[in-house]
Amino acid sequence: MELHLLLIFMIFAAIVAIEVKDLLSSVVAVGAVGFALCLAFLILKAPDLAITQLVVEILCLIILIRATINKDLPLTIEGRWVFNTLATLAFIGVFLFFAHSALKEMPAFGNPIMAVVRKYLEEGTAKTGAVNLVTAVILDFRAYDTLGEATVLFTSVIGIMAVLRRPGRKKTG
Amino acid sequence: MSLIVKTVTRLTVGLIVLFGIYIVLHGHLSPGGGFAGGVIIALAFVHFMLAFGKDAALSKISRNLASNLESLGALMFLAIALAGFLGGSFFLNILSKGAPFKLFSAGTIPLSNAAISLKVGVGLLAIFLALVILEKSGKEE
Repeated sequence: MELHLLLIFMIFAAIVAIEVKDLLSSVVAVGAVGFALCLAFLILKAPDLAITQLVVEILCLIILIRATINKDLPLTIEGRWVFNTLATLAFIGVFLFFAHSALKEMPAFGNPIMAVVRKYLEEGTAKTGAVNLVTAVILDFRAYDTLGEATVLFTSVIGIMAVLRRPGRKKTG
Repeated sequence: MSLIVKTVTRLTVGLIVLFGIYIVLHGHLSPGGGFAGGVIIALAFVHFMLAFGKDAALSKISRNLASNLESLGALMFLAIALAGFLGGSFFLNILSKGAPFKLFSAGTIPLSNAAISLKVGVGLLAIFLALVILEKSGKEE
């Protein structure tokens, strides 16, 4: 029940974020979506994800607000709105159809069907010594994935440092 | 920023860093872990920078130091992975498991958490510093 209320709130906040004219209000609405997602993770009993979602959301909001606080860009909506609306509705219909047929095939909530998951849950603490099974999975059983994720972050930091470095922004002309 | 913000920041930044270190060190015992703890530590520095301005924050940690620390974190994680070869395979947990629910348990997992937190925290801080420096020199032009 709380989950459905949160989902409705998130959809509403997302619509507000798109439709509102003021850029700063739009950023605040995006933040509301993120914090509702954090609460949804808590209700689904995933505190690790909730903590990570919360702190990353705060960092993103700080960067977005600092980027938008001085520039209040007016949004312009013009032309071809009939075609845009019809295309959006058509894609929503296609998405709902496939989501409905996919969700019917899903197992019941909290009911792992994969044999691997059951093995992790039963033997995780004994094999790794870590009580927090999420950490046991991401840093022991699935450490390869974490290494890949760390590489992705490393590459993105290298890219940002290379694009935003001082000698790269000489005045042209 | 105003005097109130500066005073509150001076009081709370240390506590936020301490909480981040707690989240990192207890990643194998309670919810949290390297990623979340690293972002909390980065947020403490961002908080400091918002209150005291860019120059005060840049005097604490420069961009070169940030990128060096980030590379150090990545290399630490890779070294932990390669250390598994001492026992036979990649990412093998070579240290002793210890008793559950103790701080010093789970072999290499706390070390991996520390490496990930260093990498993630300083990496995000480096991104923020790069954006701030860009904005500053953009205004000078």
